[in-house]
Amino acid sequence: MKVLVAVKRVVDYNVKVRVKADNSGVDLANVKMSMNPFCEIAVEEAVRLKEKGVASEIVVVTVGPATAQEQLRTALALGADRAVLVESAEELTSLAVAKLLKAVVDKEQPQLVILGKQAIDSDNNQTGQMLAALTGFAQGTFASKVEVAGDKVSVTREVDGGLQTVSLNLPAIVTTDLRLNEPRYASLPNIMKAKKKPLETVTPDALGVSTASTNKTLKVEAPAARSAGIKVKSVAELVEKLKNEAKVI
Amino acid sequence: MTILVIAEHENGAVAPATLNTVAAAAKIGGDVHVLVAGQNVGGVAEAAAKIAGVAKVLVADNAAYANFLPENVAPLVAELGKAYSHVLAPATSNGKNVLPRVAALLDVDQISEIIAVESADTFKRPIYAGNAIATVQSTAAVKVITVRATGFDAVAAEGGSAAVEAVAAVHDAGKSSFVGEELAKSDRPELTAAKIVVSGGRGMQNGDNFKHLYALADKLGAAVGASRAAVDAGFVPNDMQVGQTGKIVAPQLYIAVGISGAIQHLAGMKDSKVIVAINKDEEAPIFQVADYGLVADLFEAIPELEKLV
Repeated sequence: MKVLVAVKRVVDYNVKVRVKADNSGVDLANVKMSMNPFCEIAVEEAVRLKEKGVASEIVVVTVGPATAQEQLRTALALGADRAVLVESAEELTSLAVAKLLKAVVDKEQPQLVILGKQAIDSDNNQTGQMLAALTGFAQGTFASKVEVAGDKVSVTREVDGGLQTVSLNLPAIVTTDLRLNEPRYASLPNIMKAKKKPLETVTPDALGVSTASTNKTLKVEAPAARSAGIKVKSVAELVEKLKNEAKVI
Repeated sequence: MTILVIAEHENGAVAPATLNTVAAAAKIGGDVHVLVAGQNVGGVAEAAAKIAGVAKVLVADNAAYANFLPENVAPLVAELGKAYSHVLAPATSNGKNVLPRVAALLDVDQISEIIAVESADTFKRPIYAGNAIATVQSTAAVKVITVRATGFDAVAAEGGSAAVEAVAAVHDAGKSSFVGEELAKSDRPELTAAKIVVSGGRGMQNGDNFKHLYALADKLGAAVGASRAAVDAGFVPNDMQVGQTGKIVAPQLYIAVGISGAIQHLAGMKDSKVIVAINKDEEAPIFQVADYGLVADLFEAIPELEKLV
């Protein structure tokens, strides 16, 4: 079966971001960008499905600026067969991205679509669920285990109290949680080979999708800073402070 | 303006996060209706009717809604939601699973995990693992929002007397089925609702050593959490994980033991009132957010702390 994987270019998770002085957003100029960690897990899962003989072709897709080609090439080096870039310079909402992905799903007709559970920049945790709604597919979110059997996929999900397993009819949408797998690194020969793999670029207009939004970000501020704490010298002093100064125990 | 709140419930009781979500709805203003969807949820509906500030409780009691499968619940919420100005759900795993599906069915953008209500259409929410706070305005006809429980003080669970109304609509997409669940057992307070949380990280060295934290937690009446490093190393189950990808907590007191303080962990606990860090590495970033820091070997400090509290 064909597997579609959606990836996103985001600020690297190790970067401590700074809010711009004019409160218009965070400063992303000259900041290291990478593939969203949850998307890496999604690519890895697709590659493992191919290695098991379950998946026959892996198509990786991203919605973003022209520079997001780097992340597509990374996915190709990890084992994806070909890539689609939906090029849009604007910052899009999850719903707009889901609508664009829906257009790609309509064209590619995958049996399984794998996304990360959330992107570490917007922290929305929406796109996979929205894509499921738009396509009418079943959804297995926050997956820690995925098993395809016949025309169904069994997904073990990380929920608040522990784990839950659901069985979904294919085609289906799966969003990955951190524990699903440990992504591999791309080897140098594979990075070289990835440069020759096909990468198609389309625009939202060509897909006939409107990316208008009902949400508007008015401002972005730095969170309130915590006042500096103190270092205590002993456990006894700590207990004394907690009892008499902070009054929390 | 009427607001629909999707109730979170478990084992026949209303989950605490529902009370925080009703509080957020009260801040927006207008009548608050609560939807209880599930199977055999009559008792939950009665409990929901007693929540302070709730005007009406809608009950969708059907086998199709058992286990809150999004393929069945989302069409129900979307259909009911059209009549409301806002649809709110707690940002629990159920809320996060179902609500974006509802938003897409209604063709509106969702606002995730709000921590403050500025006005009926403007909300604050953290982005970039809590390193920035965005103020977002929605022009949607129905505003679809998940609420971070720790951002709002819970309303009283008693004192209301809302009317209970049955919803006949049954949506069964027949695309998914519940197979089973494996829940972690714990006698300690629920992590997200506890007043005190004691968390361990990689510094605990192994799962057995968490017994020191359990002993301390039992003495304090605290819940026990963990960093992702401790979960990945297999010390404790993953539902104990505090952080960007785990649970968000904001207790009165958070004690971080053997946790370095990566930004993903801080995103889950930095709104705690008082933070204590116990770590032998005095350069650990956790000390930058800790109100009280103790540079010490945790295996000596924790038993001593347990004795003194």
